[in-house]
Amino acid sequence: MSTDDISIGPPALGVLDVVAEAKNAALEDLSPADTSKGTGFPWRLWSGRALRVAVPVAVIVVWQVAVSSGWVNENSLPSPETILKAYRELWQSGQLQAALPVSLARAGTGLLLGGGLGLILGVFAGLWRIGEEMFDATLQMLRTIPFIALVPLFVTWFGIGEPSKIALIGSAALFPIYLNTYHSVRGADLKLVEAGRAFGLSNRQIALRIVLPTALPGALTGLRYACSMSLLALVLAEQVNATSGIGYLIENAQNNQRPDIVIAGIWIYAMLGIVVDFLMRFLERVTVPWRPRVGLG
Amino acid sequence: MSVSGKKVTIAAATATESDAAAENSPSVIVRGLRRVFGDRAVLDGIDLTLYTGDFIALLGPSGTGKTTLLRILGGLDTADEGKVVVPRARSIVFQEPRLVPAMKVWRNVVLGAPNMRAVKAQAIASLAEVGIEKHANAWPRTLSGGEAQRVALARALATEPGLLLLDEPFAALDALTRIRMHDLLAALCERHRPAVVLVTHDVDEAILLADRVLVLADGNIRLDLPVDIGKPRLQSDPRFLKLRERLLEQLGVVAAAGAGPVEVQPAN
Repeated sequence: MSTDDISIGPPALGVLDVVAEAKNAALEDLSPADTSKGTGFPWRLWSGRALRVAVPVAVIVVWQVAVSSGWVNENSLPSPETILKAYRELWQSGQLQAALPVSLARAGTGLLLGGGLGLILGVFAGLWRIGEEMFDATLQMLRTIPFIALVPLFVTWFGIGEPSKIALIGSAALFPIYLNTYHSVRGADLKLVEAGRAFGLSNRQIALRIVLPTALPGALTGLRYACSMSLLALVLAEQVNATSGIGYLIENAQNNQRPDIVIAGIWIYAMLGIVVDFLMRFLERVTVPWRPRVGLG
Repeated sequence: MSVSGKKVTIAAATATESDAAAENSPSVIVRGLRRVFGDRAVLDGIDLTLYTGDFIALLGPSGTGKTTLLRILGGLDTADEGKVVVPRARSIVFQEPRLVPAMKVWRNVVLGAPNMRAVKAQAIASLAEVGIEKHANAWPRTLSGGEAQRVALARALATEPGLLLLDEPFAALDALTRIRMHDLLAALCERHRPAVVLVTHDVDEAILLADRVLVLADGNIRLDLPVDIGKPRLQSDPRFLKLRERLLEQLGVVAAAGAGPVEVQPAN
């Protein structure tokens, strides 16, 4: 048996022949690709990054060409070039610098208040039965209400100023964080909890050392979702009687027939979304280093 | 009650064998333990006495309450009737490593310490004992099954337990790793001398490691056999084979004369 398995000299050629014909036979050649020809350039990585950038760039080029060549009316869809000029105009007049911090502060405050409350309630309902019984049914009921429906109510309650805007953003951020935190705390690995008990951990230690750390990835998923919800709520809140912020810029531009500034404002919202996503990826990497990252190609 | 008397006698005999344990009071005292699930008494009047350094193996078909008994001894389940006294310092190794994924390996070893950082050196010493101190700063998910179970063993021994409970700790490991773990466990128990209760399905493992092999059936200890074979024990030893055959017979498996590990299947 063993002598047949060892292939020395001439039989090796036969093996290679078999491999060469693997394409049309029932065999599959799984040997690693020949890297000796390559220059070591990480092609896959860079092609991925290039693709990521290529699609938006292509869209903008087509857009620019369509407008410059007169296929599309400049008055209904300004060219990217005009929009960049609008940014310069906004910057030079100081409107952009004034609007951006206002909008970010609104979204941030709403996220902090709503998300913080969601986190506290989620941990409370997840760890203690009494918390679950007090809050879970109510919150599950409230979360089915689209937060957009709350706009008139909040305006009645809090007026048309900042408080109603922050309340709207907060209520949009609360539920994603509550739901994800509650579920991941509640769904802690019971086998780990039991092991903790077997080693004499107190309830407090079990919560702090086992349940909450392993629930962190779930809570972060909630935070990521809450971030996009609060951006969405920000856009909505700024459409209602805003006197400052990106939304005010857009509404003002709309009244002044300046579609270039309207689109410039929309682009800012889009870029905020990208920045938030990037920050969340970074935050997850830093706070949950133990979690395996799974990717498909 | 006569059963109870008999067991006490056996425990006392074990105690006189070990001169160190002779003057000690027992580590584990179980009398008339009953545990009922629904209308079925899984454990129906168990009596057991263990002294420091005693190593017993619990065998029995699935559903005979081996794990239930172990969980009661570990304080994870409560008996319905009877008396159960165990050391306050006790620890468990489960079938799965059950390491906290959010904690580095060394922190897992001193999971119960009030201040983990203060006992880091002790954690690393425990890891060195099981031969994996180089993984002290790794995350548990990066370990192989055998390495993770070594960490679980280090964690169990780091607290210097008076009672070590092992719930099929090697069942999920490959055969070669299991052999290494047997040797490691034997050496560690020799050094730390806790009372050990090993629940297993593997008759060879039970004979190899334990001083006494108990067979549970119908809620009772049906058989309580001392393993009078000097260490190191060889699976080819005629006494080993004889004991193995007897145990397999008790477990309802027609024993084949040949050596090699036999897993006990659930009896009908």
